[in-house]
Amino acid sequence: MLRRLNEKERFTPFLLLGPALLLMLLIVAYPLFQALRLSLFDASLLRPDRARFVGLTNYLNVLRDPLFLRSLLNSTIWVVGCVTLQFTIGMLGALLLNREFPGRGLVRGLSLIPWATSGVLVSLMWTWMLDGNYGVINDILVRLGLISQYRPWLALPISLGGVIAANVWQGAPFFAVMLLAAMQSVPQELYEAARIDGAGRFQQFRSVTIPLIMPTIVITTMLRIVWTANYMDLVFVMTGGGPGNASIILPVLSYITAYKKLKVGEATAMAVLQAILLIITLFVYLRLVNRKGEGGLSLYEV
Amino acid sequence: MRYKRVKEFLLLWIPIALWLTFVLFPYVWMFLTSLKEPSELYTSPIQYLPKKPTFAGYKLLMETTKFPQFILNSLLVVGGTLLVTGTVSTAAAYCFSRFDFRGKGKLFGMFLVTQMFPSVLLVFSLFLIMRTLGLLNTRLALIVAHSTFALPFTTWLLTGFFNSIPKSLDEAATIDGATRWQTFWYVLAPLSAPGVVAALTYVFIYSWNEFIYALTFTSSIDMRTVPVGLNTFMGEYIIRWDLLTAGGVITAIPIVIFFMLVQRRLVQGLTAGAVKG
Repeated sequence: MLRRLNEKERFTPFLLLGPALLLMLLIVAYPLFQALRLSLFDASLLRPDRARFVGLTNYLNVLRDPLFLRSLLNSTIWVVGCVTLQFTIGMLGALLLNREFPGRGLVRGLSLIPWATSGVLVSLMWTWMLDGNYGVINDILVRLGLISQYRPWLALPISLGGVIAANVWQGAPFFAVMLLAAMQSVPQELYEAARIDGAGRFQQFRSVTIPLIMPTIVITTMLRIVWTANYMDLVFVMTGGGPGNASIILPVLSYITAYKKLKVGEATAMAVLQAILLIITLFVYLRLVNRKGEGGLSLYEV
Repeated sequence: MRYKRVKEFLLLWIPIALWLTFVLFPYVWMFLTSLKEPSELYTSPIQYLPKKPTFAGYKLLMETTKFPQFILNSLLVVGGTLLVTGTVSTAAAYCFSRFDFRGKGKLFGMFLVTQMFPSVLLVFSLFLIMRTLGLLNTRLALIVAHSTFALPFTTWLLTGFFNSIPKSLDEAATIDGATRWQTFWYVLAPLSAPGVVAALTYVFIYSWNEFIYALTFTSSIDMRTVPVGLNTFMGEYIIRWDLLTAGGVITAIPIVIFFMLVQRRLVQGLTAGAVKG
């Protein structure tokens, strides 16, 4: 349309994009390249200039390390647990907020507050609520008769469960708001048609709502998988990977390897492996979803 | 009639109450805790409401700890980040929306792919780069990092907003003799104000909350931002939950206020892309 790119304007796009490109090159592309390089050296964080080239040794060491496998397992539990629960609770919330009631806008707005809360603050709240002596969650569970005595949730071998609870609180309402937006874009006529055909509430949900909001479900879930796999703040602050290594996940192990053990070469090798595994996971996920009949999803449109 | 009322209460209002409890309880509990005296915190069974609400925890936190310094640092970092990301991503989004050039789609895609990298993949090499540049332990390092990592999402958000403004408006302005800059400033900018507000809110939240880069690039207590400071406090003041929760409440205030002001627009902006998909 605006095809009046005369001589004078030929460089305008590059001028406009220049600063963004510069930042991306300096702060993302170059460090990424540097990270790939570091992963092939036995680099220490303090003296990276004295590093020796060791080929794939870091990768082999990492893959042979039982702690890495432990973290991988925990990361899988972490991602599957968080995303499944967030999705389920988010869907229930979306169905609820999709109904007409006074004050709906306010409830929707309030629902986004957990998402806007920093990981450290979420950790602080939940560490206090899960406290073994004075935690309100213990009190509630005892009153409900679900447990007989207080438990130090974050000091038990199942500490990752406590962190997952905090993460689900942080992420589920956001999921609800995204799904709600998709639900509201479904034309009402379709529901009317379904009603005339004799479909009940549940059938309408299964045959109208779900297929029509499927693209949103796929994209939101995918982004959430990526984000959860990379998200380390909660585990880092709430348990630090403990007790022992009970709740250690990949990014936390990588961080500790670089900053406590100073082995930055090995740490980046871990991060690279994590990124590769994540790409494979997404690939498999999209294949599975597409097989179910969802074709051509584009993440972006220009 | 009465039956319908009861049904509505059971199937609508009780679930809504449960939902709101789920969403807000941690905040309510943090606030209640921050108003209690230490003696009321450590009782068995737990005492839910403070008998004599007190702001002593807040006073102690602001007067005896470095918390005010953390807030100042965070505000400076957030301010710088808003300025840089705001300018840079508006220019980039305008370019993506109004110009055609080879490789545009690919470039745009690459912007978004960077969102997928785990921060641990970049943080160590960035640490080394910042050290070489002499930027470690400065707020500038955080401004640069936060601006860059907020950039892809804000650019994407703004490109969508610019695209929703018909190009015929630009053309009309051009025919009337407006320069490109005038067209942007007098036509596009006012119309895309809601989008800019949504984008800047996102930047504010991201930068105010960011933890890993802030933790890694700063070492002295005087350079700590609020999340890093709170994390340090959680190690040091583990038995002073009145102080910790007071810090938590203060941390949440700007987010909640800012957020309530623009939530409607932010929701529009955040969900527009997902629904389109």
